[in-house]
Order: sequence, then C-alpha cells, then structure tokens
Amino acid sequence: MKLDLRLNPLALIGRAFLSSLSSAGRLFFFTVESITHCVRPPFFSRLLLNQIIEIGYYSLPVVGLTGIFAGMVLALQSHTGFSRFAAESAIPNVVALSITRELGPVLAGLMVAGRVGAAMAAEIGTMRVTEQIDALKTLSTNPFKYLIVPRLLAGLITLPFLVLVADIIGIMGGYLVGVYKLDFNATAYLDNTWDFLEPMDVISGLVKAAVFGFLIALMGCYHGFNSKGGAQGVGAATTNAVVSGAILVLVFNYVITEAFFSR
Amino acid sequence: MNETHAPEGQSAAKISCRGVTKAFGSKRVLTGVDLDVNVGESMVIIGGSGTGKSVTIKCILGLIRHDTGSIKIDGQEVNSLNTREREEINRKFGMLFQGGALFDSLPVWENVAFGLLHARKVPRRRARDMAVEKLAMVGLGPDVGRLSPAELSGGMQKRVALARAIATEPEIIFFDEPTTGLDPIMADVINNLIVEITRKLGATALSITHDMASVRKIADKVAMIYGGKIIWSGSIKEIDRSGNPYVEQFIHGRADGPIQMQVRRL
Ligand SMILES: Nc1ncnc2c1ncn2[C@@H]1O[C@H](COP(=O)(O)OP(=O)(O)O)[C@@H](O)[C@H]1O
Ligand SMILES: [Mg+2]
Repeated sequence: MKLDLRLNPLALIGRAFLSSLSSAGRLFFFTVESITHCVRPPFFSRLLLNQIIEIGYYSLPVVGLTGIFAGMVLALQSHTGFSRFAAESAIPNVVALSITRELGPVLAGLMVAGRVGAAMAAEIGTMRVTEQIDALKTLSTNPFKYLIVPRLLAGLITLPFLVLVADIIGIMGGYLVGVYKLDFNATAYLDNTWDFLEPMDVISGLVKAAVFGFLIALMGCYHGFNSKGGAQGVGAATTNAVVSGAILVLVFNYVITEAFFSR
Repeated sequence: MNETHAPEGQSAAKISCRGVTKAFGSKRVLTGVDLDVNVGESMVIIGGSGTGKSVTIKCILGLIRHDTGSIKIDGQEVNSLNTREREEINRKFGMLFQGGALFDSLPVWENVAFGLLHARKVPRRRARDMAVEKLAMVGLGPDVGRLSPAELSGGMQKRVALARAIATEPEIIFFDEPTTGLDPIMADVINNLIVEITRKLGATALSITHDMASVRKIADKVAMIYGGKIIWSGSIKEIDRSGNPYVEQFIHGRADGPIQMQVRRL
C-alpha cells in the first residue's frame, strides 16, 4: 500500500507541493526574524567585522581570478564576432558593459555562493547539531543576533566591494588581451571603455551584488540553522545552501536587470 | 502503575512542572511530567536512555516548546513569555550540556566568560580574570584558557563546560549527564565539583544521569522518569526502599523486570 502511494504521481506532486509550501513559509519567517534583529540592539560589531574580513578579504583572490579571465575571454570572443563587421572599436565598450552589468556580479556571486555560502552552512549547521546554538540561548544570547545578523550584513556590505574589484580587474583583463594580443592602441582602448560606460551600468551591478550577498548569506544561514541529524545533515545543508544560493543569484539577476533596464 | 507525585512544596518551588507533554510528530516523548524542585535543592532525574530526560530539561530551559502543561520558574509561568522575557529568565540558568557544546570558534577562556561578556556586559579584561578564576574552581590552570576546545580531552572539556555553566553564578544549574563517557575517577572528580560548586553558590540544581554512583553523590532528591512521566520521586535516602519495581530494577541495573528494553520490536 505504501509503495502504491509513493508511486502515485498525484500523491508525489501533492507532497512535493505541500513540503515546498511549508519550507517557503519557514524561510519567510526566518528572513523576517533575521531582519527585525538587524535593526534592534544589541549589535555584535566585532563579529560583523570578522565576517566582513572572512567574506570580503578572503574572497578577493577567487573573485579577482574569475574577473580577469572573464574579461580576457570576452575581449577575445567579441573580437571574433565584431571583426566580421569591421566593428572592432566596439570591443572595449562591450567588454566594459558585459563585465559591469552582468559578468562581474554574477560570476562573483556564484563564486561567493560556493565559498561563503558553504562555509556558513557548515559552521552554523555544526553548531546546531552539537547543541552550540542551544548553548547560546542558555547564555542569554540570541543566536539570530550573534550568528545570523553579522553574516547577512557582511554579505550585503561586502559583495558590492568585491564586485567593484571584479569590474576593475575584468576590464583590465579585456585591456590586456586587447592591447597585447589584438593590437589595440592602449589609450584608444581606454577611451573607448570610458566614453560609453554610464554610471548606471556600474550602479546596477553593485545593487545586484548587494542583493546577491544578502541572499547567499541568507541561504547559508538558513540551511545551517535548520540542519539536523549529525554530519550527514550538515553535509546536506551545505549542498542546499550552495545550490539554492547559486539559483537565487541567477533568478534575481534576471529580476533586477528587468527592473533596471526594461522600459 | 505505582504513581507517586512530587511533593507539593508550592511556596518554595524554584521549578514547578505540571502535566508537561511533548511529542515529536507522532512520537510522544513526554506524556505528563510533574516535577518540583525546591530552592537550594539538588534534584536528579534518572531513567533509561531515550526516555525524555534531556527533552524535559530542554522544555524547562525553553530550548524546546512543550505542547501542553505548565512550567513555572520562581512561580512565573513560562508559556506566556516573549523572547526578551525568556532571555531575562535564562539569566538565572546555567546549563552543562550532554556533549559539552563548547564554542569551537572561541578559545577556552572566552567560552567560560561568554555569559559575562555578552549577557552581563563585563569588560573583556575583567571577564578574562573571572574566567581564569572559574577555571581554577574546576581544577584547570590559566594556561588552559588560551587553548581551543578541540585541543582538550573529554574530561577537560566537561570541566570547561562546567566552568562556563557556573561563570555567571546562576541560581539554577542544569547538568545533563555530567559523568557519561568519563572514566570512574574523572566521573568522581566531576561529581565532587558539582556538589562543591552548587553548595558554594547556594544554587538549585537539576541533573540528569543514569549513573547511580553519581546519583548517590549529588542528589538530595531523585525522580525517576519512565513512559514520559515521573513515576516515582523521593529523597535520596528513600531510594533503596522505594518499593517501586521500576526504580528497583533501574538502580540495580537488571535486564528483567517491569521495564522491557525494546530490542526486538522496531
Ligand atoms: N529534536 C527532536 N526531534 C525529534 N525527536 C527528538 C528530538 N529530541 C529528542 N527526540 C526524541 O525524544 C526521545 C527522548 O530523547 P532524550 O530526551 O534526548 O533522551 P534521554 O532521556 O536519553 O536524554 C528520543 O527518542 C529522541 O529520539
Ligand atoms: Mg539525554
């Protein structure tokens, strides 16, 4: 009988629907509670600083590397395309636009989702299963304030800076390929980059970054906080944090692009 | 079933539970716990593994929300408290977790000083000195303070956890299986520390254990939990002539008796 029920597609769909509803509800309340604790004292500024260093400083190498290679390959590929229309002069601008609007925030977001989202879920998940979160409560310290808020704020604050770095390094990557491989004149390349780049291109990317940073940290904290069942549970939480963080980055990338640039 | 309720010392009850129930899904763990712990008293809950001892004190601590029944701390009903008020009440508590639950991201001294630093807002230097003092109370030198919890042996971790539980000089201290997993000598050291420290602080203690040596050392009163209820409670002197077959089976550690281990059924 039990087997029948499991194989029944309607029951399967129903169960999946119900469980996704209830987890959406749980995530909603988790988010609301986190945000209310963001604005109510006491604040743990030391922990916020630690997290900013953890997320920001230690992600710099990864973000820099993805930035430079993205910029380089963009220059190379757009050269292939634009040289067919004798429109090589558009390459610097295409590189700058793509990096600042899309590739900078998205690639940095995905890398940070892997690095930081996983680390948060694993750390908080381990604290959950070893009762350290319960211990916090018995020591009259709210785990939202102590664990969640510093991470969410650090994500929100830090990712725009990382993306700014990725933007600069990415454009530099394009410049290197443009000047040393595609024989652009150095000043002409830079002029072409700046002339068509508008503040909104960069700003939209930074807004995306802030949203991504918050969402990545939220996923890491949420899955870690709700993990159960020992090492296996922590492993599952880590995977879920990374996957859902990456998906949210892509989804919100579209949503924010739509909000900024569609008329 | 031979049911004996906790004595009705209402006025002086530090902790008072009436008909507390808790189920996880379809699994009913607590089916009506009645328990009174009076001021300055050391109460020990005994019972087999998985009978809901930890769940009982987690309900009292507010770490798990019980389904029905009433829990009063100093006469104040905890059901109706908001998060803030709950945190206020938690200031009266110290808890030694079964697995230690030390914060592995912090050095030992900061673990011990955690409640002082964050809940009491004691300045760091002063908190550090107080932590060293508390470590000394559990027989650990000041150099241990700099280590990380992962570098300590099991017995040392228990002692650090004990030092953390008592650091804010709480009125009520909970000990969840303080001696489980320790060698008999270290277990006795911990038992002595518990007795000594609760006396010194004049604290009320609620402990959980299934180690009878520990019970005889630290208990003023004993309560036995079985089937989600307190089935017997009385003073430590009465435990050997409780006349309760469940208690007798437990304290003599016999496999046959009214308590049947579910080894074959699933
Ligand atoms: N958070 C939880 N979720 C589901 N079941 C739980 C939870 N905590 C405890 N239980 C169940 O409650 C029962 C009692 O657990 P516990 O109080 O830890 O036992 P013990 O008396 O050994 O301390 C166990 O069967 C355990 O599986
Ligand atoms: Mg237990």
